[in-house]
Amino acid sequence: MNIVKVSRRDFVKLTSAASAGLVLGLQFPRSARAAEGAPFPLGTFVEVGTDGIVTIYVSKSDMGQGVRTAMPMIVAEEMDANWKNVRIRQADLDKKYGRMGTGGSSSVRTMWTPLRQAGAAARAMLVSAAAAKWSVDPKEITVSKGVVAHGAKKATFGELAEAAAKVAVPKEVTLKDPAKFTIVGKKANRLDNPDLVVGKAHYGIDVRVPGMLYATVLRAPVFGAKVASVDDTKAKAVPGVKHIVRLEPHGNEAPWAGVGVIATSTWAAMKGRDALEVKWDKTGDETSAKLSAAMLAAVAGGGNPKRIRNDGDVDAALSSAAKTLEATYEVPYLAHATMEPMNATASYTADGLELWLPTQFADWNAGAAGGAAGTKNVKVHVTLLGGGFGRRAFPDFAIEAALLSKAAGAPVKVQWTREDDMQHDFYRPASVHRVVAALDAHGKIAAWHHRMAGPAINSWMGQGDPAESEVFDKEQLPPIANARLEFANVDSVVPRGWWRSVENTFNAFAVQSMMDELAHAAGKDPIEFQLSLIPAGYKVEEKGVVTYDADRLRRVIELAREKSRWGKPLPAGRARGFAAWYSFHSYVAEVAEVSLDKNGVPRVHRVVTAIDCGIPVNPDGVAAQVEGAIVYGLTAALQGAITIEGGAVQQSNFHDYPLLTIDRMPVVETHIVPSTAAPTGTGEPGTPPIAPAVTNAMFVLTGKRVRKLPIVA
Amino acid sequence: MTKLTINGKAHEVHSEPDTPLLWVLRDELAMTGTKFGCGRGFCGSCTVLANGEPIRSCSTALQNVAGKKILTIEGLSPNGAHPLQRAWQAENVPQCGYCQAGQIMSAAALLMKNKKPTDEQIDDAMGGNLCRCGTYQRIRRAIHRAAEEV
Repeated sequence: MNIVKVSRRDFVKLTSAASAGLVLGLQFPRSARAAEGAPFPLGTFVEVGTDGIVTIYVSKSDMGQGVRTAMPMIVAEEMDANWKNVRIRQADLDKKYGRMGTGGSSSVRTMWTPLRQAGAAARAMLVSAAAAKWSVDPKEITVSKGVVAHGAKKATFGELAEAAAKVAVPKEVTLKDPAKFTIVGKKANRLDNPDLVVGKAHYGIDVRVPGMLYATVLRAPVFGAKVASVDDTKAKAVPGVKHIVRLEPHGNEAPWAGVGVIATSTWAAMKGRDALEVKWDKTGDETSAKLSAAMLAAVAGGGNPKRIRNDGDVDAALSSAAKTLEATYEVPYLAHATMEPMNATASYTADGLELWLPTQFADWNAGAAGGAAGTKNVKVHVTLLGGGFGRRAFPDFAIEAALLSKAAGAPVKVQWTREDDMQHDFYRPASVHRVVAALDAHGKIAAWHHRMAGPAINSWMGQGDPAESEVFDKEQLPPIANARLEFANVDSVVPRGWWRSVENTFNAFAVQSMMDELAHAAGKDPIEFQLSLIPAGYKVEEKGVVTYDADRLRRVIELAREKSRWGKPLPAGRARGFAAWYSFHSYVAEVAEVSLDKNGVPRVHRVVTAIDCGIPVNPDGVAAQVEGAIVYGLTAALQGAITIEGGAVQQSNFHDYPLLTIDRMPVVETHIVPSTAAPTGTGEPGTPPIAPAVTNAMFVLTGKRVRKLPIVA
Repeated sequence: MTKLTINGKAHEVHSEPDTPLLWVLRDELAMTGTKFGCGRGFCGSCTVLANGEPIRSCSTALQNVAGKKILTIEGLSPNGAHPLQRAWQAENVPQCGYCQAGQIMSAAALLMKNKKPTDEQIDDAMGGNLCRCGTYQRIRRAIHRAAEEV
């Protein structure tokens, strides 16, 4: 089986490269316009009907981050379309769209230029058709809100669509001056809203295929265990149960052995599964306590850490420093817990495999599921995703559905329960960080020795350098002359994967906690202290392109300071905490306002956030992402932990893996820095700063440092 | 066979009597607006109204709602024009949207009893409806907005 394995960093690089120039070179085949009255294709992403409706194909998955609104906004802007006439269709898996994998907060960033080009190309085709019709110079033609005009002559997109589709897709186009944008940068309501509020929005779980059966899978409770024996007598006696199928693990991307129960309804499949008697071939002995001890031992000097970075002379700087601080930070495994439990629908026939998937990675999933089922002919229909957060990248759910459909000889929808989902995830890695940092006589950072240990995502996936999926980037620490970064991989049977903002969660917690500890040790205001570390004009360039601009970080910190009324009086018992973090090419600063209840449990009242994400394509969408990212990170910081006993996950549902509820929701204020820079990530960058912002506020209230998450264990 | 009224229409369904109402709606009647989230009544994604009271359809057996009047998201209004549905759109509440049918049904039950709920009353009524996307502050705003219209 040939599987495309992509690390997050590689993924980001690949999507950037692959999307460049993908639109203009490819033309939608005219034969694809099958029916009379069907809309006319103008390039790969756009169709225009004679009724003037502009249909834009969305090639990335929407898991709540709003690409099904933001991406068409970009196209419509360059087309000068009437936004009210824009409709969307989710693109089926097709190479013509380039990479469809959705993750790394990269969709708008990587598709910005291709989608602008697509919109501009469609506009040029409509203009060209009008110019020919009117025998005028296309340069004299104007376009506004779906109407093409030359003097008194006017034609709608709908009137020009058929002729425009006969024009060759231009190889080069002129893009708009962003100062003239009328759609991008303005609040747009989500295009899915009307369907969402009446229950018509179509998720993976809602797929119905003629002749479809329903399946559940009893997966090994212990990681790595396989089926030893199955007694399915009682399960087969359950009315509606049709087939019982053993499933083998498929490598690290679908590591679950199990027994599938295929029935005529979801409930029959669930009851059949409950009636199975399965013996597994082994028990497990991993525990969270053992893992924690191994990580602590590794940062204490065992574990043979790999040196990632070693600038200056850290040892000399530490031994001669005015003041030295040492702290150890620890975070647990975390589950994604998407609200829509995992599910997939597959139809395997002699002709190939057809999949309906709430997936972030149609391309990877198709290859993996087709490989497992033994076919290269794979079609994928991408549905809405009831949450993703990284979980729906992995192809395990698609592989199971493909194999069960093949075994049943019928289309099958595999429905996971919440318990299945909680206990068979690819978890945010646990990790431990030991940071030794020193201040010089002026209260500046003289040295930073950061040693991390944990089970890496890359070591789970069996690809690349384990350190690469875990350590922080150079931009994420201010310039420090003497800095050392080390990583030690620790073995674990627990599957690991990408979880909203990935390694940034624990790195921001460790780095931004230590920054706060240093500020207090230096007797400085924490924000003043961090601002003093940012050199004016400091930039990082890659191939002549500025990838990091420290002045943009300074600006978000100053904005958060101002809007949070930092330093101003608060009601008794409340304190503010601050953290900032650069990730996914965006700059975020957060100030959390926190009090403690009588049990010492923090209550977060308000979070003031400043974000610089370049041009905010849909500013209300950016704000929504920041709100969501903060809730995701706050839930984890306050109460999120997946613990292991006997090689199995102990948590099973929302009673023991509780999510934040509405009564604990802080007021989140999002301030977006105006920008003319190209858009950068928004789905994830709001998550990393929230944990340290809260724990830094708790220090002000209690004088004690919280160095282990979750806060409420 | 069990008789029940769903969104004002009489139905005779054939699912086993112990089948949770959720799966009767979704699998037998193809009414997929009501969502499966946890199967144990912890998350509220499956909330529907039975005789005007919010219930968790994932953990309510068909036999226990026989003869009752069930209201689901599909029946809240003929065309999406219920004040809550309009407010949800105006405030751009949904992100992934998956939990929102349950949120709206819980909010509908609240507004039937309390025309002008306070923040605290909203928290009480909505505390059993989880949202992993973190849309809670918009939910609160949308309920207030809808209450202004009712």
